[in-house]
Amino acid sequence: MSPNRAAEILPVPEPEIAIEPERYELRSKPFYNFELDRRDFVKIFGAGIAVFLVTKDAFAQQGESGGRRGGFGGEQIPKEISAWLHVNEDGAITVYTGKVEIGQNIRTSLAQAVAEEMHAPFQSIALVMGDTQLTPFDMGTFGSRSTPQMGTQLRHVASAACHILVDIAAKQWNVEPTRLVAANGKVTDPPSGRSLSYGQLARGRALAQVIPDTDPLVPQDKWTISGKPMLKVDGRDFVTGKHKYTPDLKLPGMLYGRVLRPDSFGATIASLDTSAAQAMPGVTVVRDGDFVGVAAPEPQTAEKALAAIHAEWKELPGQPSSSTVYDYLKANVETGGQGGRGGEGGGRPNSAGSMDAGLTAAQHKLDATYTVAYIQHVPLEPRTALAQWESEKLTVWTGTQRPFGVRDELKDAFHLDEKNVRVMVPDTGSAYGGKHTGECAVAAARLAKGAGRPVKLMYTREEEFTWAYFRPAGVIEIRSGMTADGTLTAWEFHNYNSGSSGIETPYAVENQLIAFHPTKYPLRQGSYRGLAATANIFARESHMDDLAKMAQLDPLAFRLKNLPNDDAGNRLRAVYQAAADKFGWATQKPTANHGFGIAGGTEKGGFVATCAEISVDPASGEVRVIRAVTAFECGAVVNPDGLRNQIIGGNIMGLGGALFEAIQFENGRILNPKLSKYRVPRFKDVPQTEAVLVDRRDIVPAGAGEVPLMAIAPAIGNAIAQATGKRLRALPMVPNGLKV
Amino acid sequence: MPASQAPETPARITEIHVNGAHHTIDAAADTSLLSVLRDQLDLTGSKFGCGEGQCGACTVLIDGNPRRSCITPVGAAGKKQITTIEGVEQNGRLHPLQQAFLEEDAMQCAYCTSGMIMTGVALLKSNPSPSDAQIVEYMQGNICRCGTYPRIVAAVHRAAGQIRTSAGAAGAKGESR
Repeated sequence: MSPNRAAEILPVPEPEIAIEPERYELRSKPFYNFELDRRDFVKIFGAGIAVFLVTKDAFAQQGESGGRRGGFGGEQIPKEISAWLHVNEDGAITVYTGKVEIGQNIRTSLAQAVAEEMHAPFQSIALVMGDTQLTPFDMGTFGSRSTPQMGTQLRHVASAACHILVDIAAKQWNVEPTRLVAANGKVTDPPSGRSLSYGQLARGRALAQVIPDTDPLVPQDKWTISGKPMLKVDGRDFVTGKHKYTPDLKLPGMLYGRVLRPDSFGATIASLDTSAAQAMPGVTVVRDGDFVGVAAPEPQTAEKALAAIHAEWKELPGQPSSSTVYDYLKANVETGGQGGRGGEGGGRPNSAGSMDAGLTAAQHKLDATYTVAYIQHVPLEPRTALAQWESEKLTVWTGTQRPFGVRDELKDAFHLDEKNVRVMVPDTGSAYGGKHTGECAVAAARLAKGAGRPVKLMYTREEEFTWAYFRPAGVIEIRSGMTADGTLTAWEFHNYNSGSSGIETPYAVENQLIAFHPTKYPLRQGSYRGLAATANIFARESHMDDLAKMAQLDPLAFRLKNLPNDDAGNRLRAVYQAAADKFGWATQKPTANHGFGIAGGTEKGGFVATCAEISVDPASGEVRVIRAVTAFECGAVVNPDGLRNQIIGGNIMGLGGALFEAIQFENGRILNPKLSKYRVPRFKDVPQTEAVLVDRRDIVPAGAGEVPLMAIAPAIGNAIAQATGKRLRALPMVPNGLKV
Repeated sequence: MPASQAPETPARITEIHVNGAHHTIDAAADTSLLSVLRDQLDLTGSKFGCGEGQCGACTVLIDGNPRRSCITPVGAAGKKQITTIEGVEQNGRLHPLQQAFLEEDAMQCAYCTSGMIMTGVALLKSNPSPSDAQIVEYMQGNICRCGTYPRIVAAVHRAAGQIRTSAGAAGAKGESR
């Protein structure tokens, strides 16, 4: 490192802009009120050097005017901490973050970021993640924010820690810090050749410093550790089966829980007889309002006890089914709302110009309606929680994307003081937006309280399919117009229920009206990887393809023609071009039942374009995706290998929702709550898949967990339309094959 | 069935052989092998994913053949040799397929990984040089929801090459094949 403090200062992404929460994710909370004094701190973390990051504004409010960094002036650590880091006497660096690892590989990419700024070996960095007692408050791991925000914050902390170590060495040697160099976990004084390791510098100290988030960072184009492929941290534990996911945890005296489920959604208990279950040895039955559950020393006994409960349910009649849901959504628009982007909350549509004028100027007009089905996340690890009470203190291990949110749910459910609830999240068997809520944790804790022993509650696959939540179904209506030469003049877009993410068109249209309409909805719905952007981009890009055909333009040329010449337009243009080049778009010629499609879009600071090649077997109606090329740009690439894995994995996951995944329901029951009835992509469904990384070292990295999967569905749909002349406007497109 | 044998009290199983070791257990014969491994023996590398043999996360080898332990009653395992993911590593040395999973980074959340490796180990034993199509066919019953399939195929190829190389080297030295 050059300890020159005048190094380039990178812009920190403004959270207000970077965060575009779904309405399902609006759970903002003040920063964790961390009541830890210096003595506690040393007790918990041990001797060494700790660096705490507070946001700039919060720092100013503390009145720390004496200098950029505060010492640990008062005994109390400030409340607005967003990240911290500790260097111990062995030089081991431990980073504390409330983010969780759910397969998106941030344990690795965040460690890369810290190693970069600390000028320390990657192997010396360990992350403590998602533990409400040890890590600072974090809203949750979703919305593709871990890399842009937590990554940047940890870079600031690490950079400051490195400066502190250099300052200590400078004082010790009585030289100017500017002549010292930090590299590979050591501070060296080149003129004299002396050096001290970080561990030696931290030895015997109990130093804590609070820094603002303004320390200069290593610019992306100077990265030496970030930006390179790095294999998964702890990979060996995963390939040997040693890693303990929540379902693998065990405590002495632990019982296994099961929850009694109603026959249908909304049903209430009419009569209940638990006497047979209660008579079983070792079994505890807990009833609390409409919650009924059992706990037993073995899972088999718990299952038998559950089966022995006799319950009659009063069901809720007249619930919509998967075949009537789209009419239901259109007929049940909720008025009012708070307004926001694209009519977030339904209050204010985004509009420009005049639709009437735009349609009058149009030579070609197109009206079309698109639908998206409810689908499920199907994380392979079903939601699980292990709960333990020690008098009034509750500890819960659970796989969740929101450890602090789950802590609050527990605190509220049991009327506990916040400091008496601890939630810990072991690295988890995926989530995809499906693990935001804490009902499994609450149920496990309720059973543990009743049984007076620790209880592990693991959902069955049927429970996971029925009692978790779903990606919202939706209806999208588009009305458009364009001139004879294919210039868009009018664009009206209405999304019913599925959400506003990705609702705005990236194409230049003078006259537009874009609105999101919340509706009543029949199934419990919530976040999903990519959420509404998948639906909105599917509708928009399917529609654009039909317009291209009407204008007799090549689908790519039509899109490029209508993109604006601004920064966002050019970034999208670049990924379109990159995908098309790699795919060989210009030279592909369709034949009967064999076609090519392209689609793209932008959301959450990422730009994506996908080209797909498909064939249809006219005999069986089977649609086969042969090849998919996805180009993606999210600023500077932190871990190219992890990013490729996200892009290709996202595309493969997206295949399911594009082609065949759909929840079927009727009378408040899920009709296909099993993997034998709900088809997810398997080995044979996988096309030859390629990822093209457009690495913009001049742009601060955005998240990459979601956007890459958004263009695969319309790219496939467009290829099917080219191959067969059939435009499929419903997701999934071919749950029962395609009749041609 | 004689009236004295009540069907609701099936025979109990008191021993199984896992990863070369003999284990004393006490389980009803219809208990799933997966539950015995996980809940009684604390061998939690085999995962519960679906409970109906559809996802492959629970795959173990029974006398060398891949089996879905979630739908295999422990009574059916009898005195057969069971191998779980914990028994694949030998004397601190990873199986070539475990090593290949690391080198290809063939995992994201990795919940499916142990089942994938067990199925792949069985495949490589029966077919040391599988083609893409043969890998896909053999592993079709294992789900990776994160979509790392292409890397898993690459890992199987890499391990196959590794096994061939070391077998060739062993053969050249005149050791038994």
